[in-house]
Amino acid sequence: MTLPESNSPAQKLDRSDTRLRHDEGLSGALRGFIDRVRSGELGLLPVAVGLVVISIVFSILNPVFLAPNNLVNLLFDASAIGFIALGVVCVLLLGEIDLSVGSMSGLASAMIGVLWVRSGLPMPIAVTGALAAGAAVGLVYAMLRNRFGMPSFVATLAGLLALLGAQLYLLGPSGSINLPFTSPLVRFGQVMVMPDWFSHLLALLPGAFLLVSGLRKMSLRSAANLSYETASLLILRAFTLTLGLQFAVYYLNQGRGIPWMFAIFVMFVMIMHYALKRTKWGRSVYAVGGNPEAARRAGINVERIRMSAFVLCSMFATVGGILGAARLASASQQAGTADVNLNAIAAAVIGGTSLFGGRGTAWAALFGILVIQAISNGLTLLNLSSSLRYMITGGVLAIAVIIDSMARQSRASHGRG
Amino acid sequence: MQGTSDAKDCILRLRGISKQFGAVSALSDIELDVHAGEVVALVGDNGAGKSTLVKVLAGVHQPSTGTIEWCGERVTLDTPSRALDLGIATVYQDLSLCENLDVVANLFLGQELSPFALDEIQMEVRAWTLLQELSARIPSVREPIASLSGGQRQTVAIARSLLLDPKVIMLDEPTAALGVAQTAEVLNLIERVRDRGHGVILISHNMEDVRAVADRIVVLRLGRNNGVFDADTSQSDLVAAITGATDNSVSRRHARTTASQEG
Repeated sequence: MTLPESNSPAQKLDRSDTRLRHDEGLSGALRGFIDRVRSGELGLLPVAVGLVVISIVFSILNPVFLAPNNLVNLLFDASAIGFIALGVVCVLLLGEIDLSVGSMSGLASAMIGVLWVRSGLPMPIAVTGALAAGAAVGLVYAMLRNRFGMPSFVATLAGLLALLGAQLYLLGPSGSINLPFTSPLVRFGQVMVMPDWFSHLLALLPGAFLLVSGLRKMSLRSAANLSYETASLLILRAFTLTLGLQFAVYYLNQGRGIPWMFAIFVMFVMIMHYALKRTKWGRSVYAVGGNPEAARRAGINVERIRMSAFVLCSMFATVGGILGAARLASASQQAGTADVNLNAIAAAVIGGTSLFGGRGTAWAALFGILVIQAISNGLTLLNLSSSLRYMITGGVLAIAVIIDSMARQSRASHGRG
Repeated sequence: MQGTSDAKDCILRLRGISKQFGAVSALSDIELDVHAGEVVALVGDNGAGKSTLVKVLAGVHQPSTGTIEWCGERVTLDTPSRALDLGIATVYQDLSLCENLDVVANLFLGQELSPFALDEIQMEVRAWTLLQELSARIPSVREPIASLSGGQRQTVAIARSLLLDPKVIMLDEPTAALGVAQTAEVLNLIERVRDRGHGVILISHNMEDVRAVADRIVVLRLGRNNGVFDADTSQSDLVAAITGATDNSVSRRHARTTASQEG
């Protein structure tokens, strides 16, 4: 790969307008970042600040919080609800919402319990059955929205009750079914971690990918006579990322190690990120979230996009429910109730997905759930009662929505919609 | 004026188009010709049937009677996509842009290159080429639409309609929400689109804009043709054709100014 020698702005196709300021190099990147934040494009800034504040406060109150094994537990706990949050991101991007993800996950765990343990069906068939149920629920929501114009928050609020009823009905009077501890599913949810060497190897991949794809993009853009990021900046970013990841992996390996469940969750986040940012389907999702009428006139099948998002959301909730059951080794009446619903939605919003549609990324699910789970984990370590935990989590959600609304106003006043 | 319709380059020809909504005749017996490289202005009062005619041409409404000829062949425009496929592009009054997406994404919305691995670089190059052909002044195609001015948004909407290289483009009130400089920019753009050999149908309330760029002015009144004029026609004649009255405040003012100039 040969790097072009000149990157002077004058001759580039996209740099010919003299009114545009050209941010070059490291200082330029920094200046661009500050400008974006000031105009309300917060990105992952609230999450980063939130995680730092949470870490400082909780580790002062109880030093165990930052211990490697506690963080490993945190990752185990985060994965199940993280999957649910990933689904919530899909519907939020359309400006819709699914309030029944908690109940859906509870129903999925009940189905696993009944189909697998009580009826003795093979585990994969039980999982497939639960996923099919999730897809069916998503289809119903999409039909209610598309055919009858029913606002999704009402449809899914009704679904919240109906699915909870189905979960209680399935579990019957006994109320809870224990999953066998030695089964692969429960081991996956409770103990399976990566070998140290493998986790270090995996942690090299993101940086390497960043570097290779960045260099490829650079040569393609220069061939097309467009401006491109300088190589030094790219190398710096890849290096910092790799260093950070290697340190995180090393630290977690001081404890039990990286849970496979968390690695699979991150993999799905990456797949969804690709689907949303680099495919026509993802572009259509953002378009429908931004302006459904414009999307329709551009020839996008708005109803089918909505259907895909609702189905994905319910299916991710199903996956989250199954993993949650695996984590607890039981399918109970409590699964998916209480704060699961709100935690999943709060995670998506805290991660930067707008409630107003059209803004956010799949990474919101990952970073949002880390914040939510860190708070919940820290409060548990302090032996606080669940009443206080609910109040504090509620407050955090309120703050996240306030930040979202304020960023939106700031974008509007800076002419960035 | 209608006599020029015999020319070979006539791409769109409407004959006897009528449209009934229940008991209401929104259009009756409309004739309209559009040639390549020509700006046809469609003017008329509220309720004159302009929007209905636009929707008939965009494939949103089907005419009750009448024929549409496209490059000499009779066609039916039964869906919006049929009209698009033939080469009739519409720029709606509300522009239909997604404010959260950038200029490139909006230009290619629904027409993205390589759907499973979007070719951002190729799309960006084509976006710049298209915008430069229109001498459009957009500082960056990677900014969200929300950060653009009204005139720039109008430019993006027009550029988007040109992406599929249509033969006729319809502009519904393109200057209604714009300031003086931006209006001038859009009118320049319309002339450049015409010079590229596209036929343009311009719907507008603003007589000055219409007379500035139109080659022919077709007046609709109460769903009927009410005359075809050229760009030199005086304002008062146009207003008379639109309102159906020769005596109104515009004609009286015209008379006064003429009288004062003479006197």
